[in-house]
Amino acid sequence: MRRGPLTRVMGEHPVGTAFVTPYVVFLAAVFAYPLGFAVYMSFHDYFFAAPGAVVDRPFVGFENYVTVLTDPAVQRSFVNVVIFLVINVPLTVVLSLGLANALNAAIRWRTFFRVSYYVPYVTASVAVVGVWLFLFNSNGLVNSILGPLAPDPSWLVNSKLAMPTIAIYVTWKQLGFFILLYLAALQNVSKDLYEAAEMDGAGRWKSFLNVTVPGVRPATTLVVLVATVTGANLFTEPYLLTGGGGPDGASASPVLIMYQRGIEQGHPDVGAAIGVLLVIGVLLVALIERRFVGREED
Amino acid sequence: MKLQAGLLAVVLAGSLVACGDSGGGSGDADAAAKARGPITIWYSNNAEEVAWGKQMVAAWNAQHADQKITAQEIPTGKSSEEVIGAAITAGNAPCLIFNTSPASVSQFQKQGGLVPLDSFPDGKSYIEDRSGDVAQQYKSTDGKYYQLPWKSNPVMIFYNKKAFAKAGITTPALSTYDDFLATSRKVVAAKAAKVAIYPAPSNEFYQSWFDFYPLYAAETGGKQLIENGKSTFASDEGKKVAQFWRTMYQDKLASPEKYTGDAFVDGTSAMAVVGPWAIATYKGKVDWGVVPVPTSSGKPASEIHTFSDAKNVAMYSACKNRGTAWDVLKFATSKDQDGKFLAATGQMPLRKDVATTYADYFAKNPDYKVFADQASRTVEVPNVANSITIWQTFRDAYSKSVIFGQQDVGQALDEAAQKVDQLVKQS
Repeated sequence: MRRGPLTRVMGEHPVGTAFVTPYVVFLAAVFAYPLGFAVYMSFHDYFFAAPGAVVDRPFVGFENYVTVLTDPAVQRSFVNVVIFLVINVPLTVVLSLGLANALNAAIRWRTFFRVSYYVPYVTASVAVVGVWLFLFNSNGLVNSILGPLAPDPSWLVNSKLAMPTIAIYVTWKQLGFFILLYLAALQNVSKDLYEAAEMDGAGRWKSFLNVTVPGVRPATTLVVLVATVTGANLFTEPYLLTGGGGPDGASASPVLIMYQRGIEQGHPDVGAAIGVLLVIGVLLVALIERRFVGREED
Repeated sequence: MKLQAGLLAVVLAGSLVACGDSGGGSGDADAAAKARGPITIWYSNNAEEVAWGKQMVAAWNAQHADQKITAQEIPTGKSSEEVIGAAITAGNAPCLIFNTSPASVSQFQKQGGLVPLDSFPDGKSYIEDRSGDVAQQYKSTDGKYYQLPWKSNPVMIFYNKKAFAKAGITTPALSTYDDFLATSRKVVAAKAAKVAIYPAPSNEFYQSWFDFYPLYAAETGGKQLIENGKSTFASDEGKKVAQFWRTMYQDKLASPEKYTGDAFVDGTSAMAVVGPWAIATYKGKVDWGVVPVPTSSGKPASEIHTFSDAKNVAMYSACKNRGTAWDVLKFATSKDQDGKFLAATGQMPLRKDVATTYADYFAKNPDYKVFADQASRTVEVPNVANSITIWQTFRDAYSKSVIFGQQDVGQALDEAAQKVDQLVKQS
């Protein structure tokens, strides 16, 4: 069959292609171009300059990567973000699925609870951070309740506890969003399956494990991926909650170091190298997660 | 699902990296230096400075209908320096910014974002006549002035008279380190405040300007962090200052925890290390007194140096009508406008003989006189390339050893000095 010129350019479904094109252009302009440009910067002695300024930005090969990989602060930040993800991602999945399941049941005050979990997500971090500083400082509410069991130094200035505290904070703050994802997924789990399970003698826990968990697996894949990617982007909390990644860099994240090196200190080439390494790291982690969490969909 | 999930990961991860580029042209610099016409300026968002800026602009515009100033506060960002750096790169920086941090000048200069003020026939002489010897600290390594030294906030020790009275102290002894520690212990023991003093313990590169650096300037009789291309802080004096602060943190006289709000105003601390800009915020809230920063031997006040906490004015290369911008710069830093600035903000114009030039003001406002005296002995951050990286390197070492006690203070400063010397050599 002879294909017309429009079909050759736009494919079998030109209307669909037309609808998709604006978003593809958006992706190319806002994400793909900056990503490509960051790779370019990371291989050059690059710095931002005024329009028309005559500057030399020679190709330097892997020099920026060597600088980054041998920088103890950068190494520490990558270890920190791994600690963060190891705590944050499983906790997010377990809590959001458990709470979504509870909120999906016919409980009293259901709307109130749904709103309560969602409010932290839509509240500005700057405001919420103030509350957490009040809760977790040495004279704060948490330590007052713990009394002699309170850690010394306190949570946010304790090099062993600062990052776990941030991980718990972020889990709490984002929980509302992930609960919504699971609530939507739960609507697609057939009631027949629960009835069949009940007839087979399964209790509520067994139904949850054998019907709900497999039923929301696509949502779990999404939650794990999104939590990983947003977790790797961690910036606001170490910047505000622990005063710039303290104590002694124990809560510094790669993005915070990128900001310090690339923006504050005027070395965007080094910042870009950190960013590229982080993108590669996140993609690897995402692929591994897809392999294990999303395996039954394949 | 596999493709979409992969795409999602790429898209979100792509947001981790930033981009920027430059292009276009700046035009003929010589022609621009003589060009006159409308200009734009930015000033700080501090309420008192905004009030001064508005009257200055109104006064200029009333007399220069063909060279009007359009003014605005510096756009909001994580810091003014970040916003200015972005504006330079975008080519839309204003002609003048009345809030240029001396620590960022070398970076802006490297970006090609600043106009050397020496390019005006009377540029160098105007700066040096106005500010005197202090001006030398603001020269860049190429010997040129890319900033006009505008105003300083000499950092001193404020104390809360009521808190001290509660601890039974009427005349505070704060001149030596031993005195300062003893007074601090007394205040905390009497529960007059939770801590004696609350310098920000966070890790931003500039925080050392308000704990280590003022005391270092005092202890060394006015040394900068870097002199003659080499770090100076790993000296005996530097280690004494760092050890003093370590004792303050170790004995819980200062807190390593971040504080939201103003600890001095809230009564959480009995002292603050800050410049005269803060007086306006203490009005009606704290009954304060002020003394110079301490030294190990208790030097007399007339010999004590401190950190200037200056903000300057720079001309940006995106400016087309530089002739007008230079005239505005001289107008805004004239004796008359400096006097109005002093009256509106309480901050010290960086001009020689402030105390005698504005004797009437200081007669009416005796609280500020001590700052005018201190303004003649201030130390600026060194004007070297990699300035911010150097300060962050120092802060990391200080934070680790002094604030959190995870390393010996002397060893931390020695290691930081080696790194800083390498950074200075790279410039």
